[in-house]
Formats: sequence, structure tokens, C-alpha cells
Amino acid sequence: MLRINNLHARIGKKSILNGIDLEINPGEVHAIMGPNGSGKSTLASVIAGKEEYEVRQGQIVFESEDIAELSADERAHKGIFLSFQYPVEIPGVTVTNFIKTALNQMQKAKGEKDMPANEMLKRIREKSEMLEIDRKFLSRSLNEGFSGGEKKRNEIFQMAMLEPKLAILDETDSGLDIDALRIVANGVNKLKSKDNATLVITHYQRLLDYIIPDFVHVLYDGKIVKSGGKELAFKLEEEGYDWIKKEVNQNV
Amino acid sequence: MELKEKLLSSFIAFENQDSSDSLFLNELRGEAIKNFETSGFPSKKDEAWKYTSLRSVLKQNYSLFPKSEHSIEYRDVQSFFVNDIDTYKIVFIDGKYAAHLSQTTHEGIDVCLMSAALSQSKYQVVIENYFNKIAAKHGLNALNTAFCSEGAYIHIKKNKVSKRPIQIIHFSTGKEPALLLQPRNLIVVDENAQVQILERHQSLTKNPTLTNSVTEIFAAKRAQVDYYKIQDDKLEASLIDNTFIDQNQESHVAVHTFSFGGRLTRNNLNFYQNGVRIESTLKGLTIIGQKQHVDHNTLVHHIAPNCESHQDYKGVFSDNAIGVFNGKVVVEKEAQKTNAFQANNNLLVNDRATINTKPQLEIFADDVKCSHGCTIGQLNENAMFYLRTRGIPEKEAKALLMYAFANNVLESVKIPQLKKSINKLVAKKLGVNIGFDL
Repeated sequence: MLRINNLHARIGKKSILNGIDLEINPGEVHAIMGPNGSGKSTLASVIAGKEEYEVRQGQIVFESEDIAELSADERAHKGIFLSFQYPVEIPGVTVTNFIKTALNQMQKAKGEKDMPANEMLKRIREKSEMLEIDRKFLSRSLNEGFSGGEKKRNEIFQMAMLEPKLAILDETDSGLDIDALRIVANGVNKLKSKDNATLVITHYQRLLDYIIPDFVHVLYDGKIVKSGGKELAFKLEEEGYDWIKKEVNQNV
Repeated sequence: MELKEKLLSSFIAFENQDSSDSLFLNELRGEAIKNFETSGFPSKKDEAWKYTSLRSVLKQNYSLFPKSEHSIEYRDVQSFFVNDIDTYKIVFIDGKYAAHLSQTTHEGIDVCLMSAALSQSKYQVVIENYFNKIAAKHGLNALNTAFCSEGAYIHIKKNKVSKRPIQIIHFSTGKEPALLLQPRNLIVVDENAQVQILERHQSLTKNPTLTNSVTEIFAAKRAQVDYYKIQDDKLEASLIDNTFIDQNQESHVAVHTFSFGGRLTRNNLNFYQNGVRIESTLKGLTIIGQKQHVDHNTLVHHIAPNCESHQDYKGVFSDNAIGVFNGKVVVEKEAQKTNAFQANNNLLVNDRATINTKPQLEIFADDVKCSHGCTIGQLNENAMFYLRTRGIPEKEAKALLMYAFANNVLESVKIPQLKKSINKLVAKKLGVNIGFDL
């Protein structure tokens, strides 16, 4: 589904990704872990199409098409979704109006008509119930004054509404208490199918207790330096990142 | 002939023609024309007009007194009214009262014509107590006082609440090649009385119109006034709005100004607080493009303790549009515990648009809360990226963010039908058509 070859990216003059290789197939859950500043969030943003980053080298191939030149909205239309670490507050637009707008733009990109109002409402009801979201919450301004947990739940709600093929969850566990974490993880698990894939980006192993990864990759200094199964996440939780740094430095 | 000379020389004819004027009014007019002769039109040399030049607007050869009444049909202008509620209407066509489009009343409240109030003896006491009492006495205001003959006269008597909002609408038909209009409104709201008023100036053709309007509003003790100005005129129409508000203790007055149209729009909005525990609200939303120019010049004068003023002006400027905000707040020594808030936030959509913003605070009291802030910005890049990752393309994402930015000025609009119609107008101006309920 997603194949990243030798990806180099920088912002301004600062090189952040230094040769990433990653392959994700339908039905799989991948986790990317790594210390602060290793390039995790940059990788998420580059896949989603943030224009501030300049892709210097390499390819991002999504469903056999190189998407490196596509805009963020075009990538969204192809089925890529990014759950933000820090969702942006947009006063003046309600959650409902926002999601309706997004869904109808997706429909339009597919050459389809707006979703009928009753179908839209039904879907909003189903997905908000799944994520235990209060109806009142939907008529509030997007992310404005939301708690950390509400923001993340709202991200997963948008994901549920848009039904992406590839969902990238950037530090979705940060700022969540244990109950919110459980609800969010449950939501993600319910949305999983054999046809879609999930890329979880996290600093801690905690989220991976709830969303079980098939593969764990360790990102360090803009490169994937180690890949393994979910046991790798446990080792990182117990031993921290120092042994990885040591290993990398020895190889240098 | 220059417009000033033309005006001065036509004053004599005007004075002789209008014989119904009282002695009181005749004296006022005589004094006003002298003042105008001395002060003339404001120029860029005046500090308050530094960023707004009237020169090109004054160059037109305006007709001062339209010759005949030009009738228009309701169905042709229906869209300029707020229709889905019961309202009183005071409608003018080329400066003349249009009875067939209006609905006035004298039941408990007076909603009628300035010409009637100026000429009939039963209004004499009110006129002599209030007319031209707070309007400035020079320049454009003097010019209006000298020539004004028509406008709205609204008097809400003690403890009365006008159940219907009042719409004041001025149409210009363009039958004259260029037209100067000088409407004059007097609004007196007695103790504990309430009223909601909408004002609109609408040109119906491409012929230039210049409106120099003066409105005086008196809010007595505990009175409540909500005033909405809808400025969405044609690109050939210019408006100078001079509004003066006198507030007595515990009164609440809010003025919302929506400036979306016109060539040059200047809003001189002056609040004078004359009592304790008064609230004044000034809100403005400006969305302009092309070569449009909108200038908000506000004054809030606090003289007594425990009063509040809230100013919130927002602007979205594109193309070669120019915006000006000059907001002055004066807090006199006696006005302790004043809470004065002022904000002016602007979005420049491209790099040819201009905004000049100047907050001015003069505070002589020591126990007050006064804040002011202005921002000039572009759209937030992170917000753009966020919207685009949800599949919303660049153009629509920009429009949605501008809509969001503008939207919160509408929150304090108290007439739901008006709110809805302005909301639609905002969406239209910003090109938001991305399928959500407004």
C-alpha cells in the first residue's frame, strides 16, 4: 500500500529525514518509535504532504503511484489520513460543519454528489457513539477549548468519518488519561480491516498495549535503525533508547 | 465649480424654498453653513483623515436636489430588506420618502419621518431638546445640518419596547448622473425603553452616489439600543456615516457595522457616556476587495465610574483594498473602575491589500482595566495544512478559515433572521460554498 524508498527531507537547511525505507501492506499495523527529535513527526507530516518540508531524494509510493508531488488534500483524497499530535483550534467552525465540509470535498474529488443529509447524520451518530462523544460536543467550535483527550478523540472521530486507507496516528497517546486512551484505541481497533493500514507514531510503548502492532521500527537521527515485532517495543520500554544509540554509534 | 462652492451657492435657494422650517431650525442651518464655509471638507492634512482621502469622491458633479420622485417596485428591491420578520420600515428613494415601501407607527412609539418631526409642532419639544445636540458642529456634520431634510425620526417612550425591529433603507435609483444624499436620523430612547434598528444604503445603478449621513442616538437611563449598519452597496457608491451616541446611566447601546461593499466608506462612530454602569459595544466586520476603502473611526468617551466598552473590529482585505481603523478611548479622571476593551484584527489575503490601524488610549483615571490589541496577519499555515489533510482543497480551506475568522463578530447579533442573512452574505463574499448549514 505504502512504499517509502530512501526518503530524504529537510526543512530550511536542516536535514531531518536521512534515508527512510518503509513498506506497509493492507491489514498491517506498524509502529514507529524513537527518541525526541529523531524525525518521527516529520515523517508523518511528509507522508501527509506538508509543504514546508522539502523532499530532497527518494520516493513515497502509495498504491503504486508516486505521491511526493501531490498536495495534502490530494493525498487525503487518495486515502491518507493524519491524526495530529497538536490538532489546530478553529474558532467559528463547528465540528459538524467541519466534518461535513471535509466529507463532501472527498465526495467531490471522487466525482460523487454530496452525501444526503440523513445519511450524513446517521454516520455522524454512529461514529460519535463509537467514540463516546457527546452530541453537544459536535456543535462546539473545532478543537477550541477542548481538553487533550477531547482533541484526540475528535481526531479519531474524523478518521472514522473519512474512512482512510492509511491512517497515521502521530503521538495520539500524548495528553491522554487512561480512560481516554482506552476509548481512542478501541476506536482505532474497530476501524481496522484487512483493506486498511495503520501507522502509529509514539514515543512510549503504552499505546501499543492497546493497539497491537505487527511491526515496530525504531527511528533515530532520521533513519530507521532497527525493525522487529512487538517485542521490540517492550525492550524499548524497559531499556530506553540508549542501547539503540550505542549500537548505531558503534556501527559508525 | 468645486463641490464646496456649489453647495454654498445653492444654500440660499434651499433656504428660501423650504419655508416650513421653524425658526429654531433656520438658525441652526444658518450657523451650520457658516461653519461649513469655514471648515470645508476634511482633507488628508486633518489627523483623523490621514489615511482616507475624499478628493476623488468629491470630484463628481453631484445633483443636490433630485428633481422628481422616482418610484421603484417592492419586488425589485425585496432582497435588500430583512423579510422574514415583522418590521417597521422607513424607506427613501433618492432622498424622498417612499410611503408605498414603508410602514411607520405612532402607537406608543413614534417611527416616522424627520421631515414630519421638523415641521410639526407636536414634535417641537423633542426636536429642540435633542436635534443637533451631540452631532459635531463643523465639516461634514455642519454640511448635513445645513441641508438635511429627510431621514428617520424614532422616539421610543418610557418603558416601551419596540417589538418589531425598525429598518431604515435609502435607495438611490441612478436617474441622476450623480447624487449627493444627506439623510439625518434622530433616535430618542427614553428611560427603560428598547429598540432594534437596521440601517442600509443601497444604490440600484452604476451612477455614483455620495451619502453624508448624520445619526444622533440618545439612550436614557436603562435604555437598550441595538443598531445594525449594513454596508453592502455598489462599487460606485460612497458613504460617510457620522453617528453620535449619548448614553445615560445603566443604558446599553451596541452598534454593529458590516462593511462589505461600496467604493469608499467612512464610519465616524462616537459614544459619549454620561452616567454610571453604562455598556457600549462597537463591533465591525469588514470584508472588501478590488479598490474598496473602508475606514472606521471610533471614539468612546468614559466620564463616570463603573462603565464598560467593548470594541471588536475585524477585517479581511484582498486585492487592492484599503482598511483603516482608528479607535480612540478616553477615560476621564472620574471614570474609575472603567473596563474598556478594544481589538482590531485583520487578515490580508494578498500583498497588495493595505490596513492602517491605530489604537489611541487616553487614560486619566488610575483604577481601570483597559486593553487594546491589533493584529495583521495572513492565514495560519498549520490550520491550512490541517484542513487540507482532511481533503479540503487550498481555495476552500482559505475561504473556510476566513469565514471562521469573520464569524465570531456575528455572535452578538440579536436578531436571528438578520444574523442568518449576514452569515450568508459573509459566506458569499468569501466564496465559501462548501456545503454546510450556515
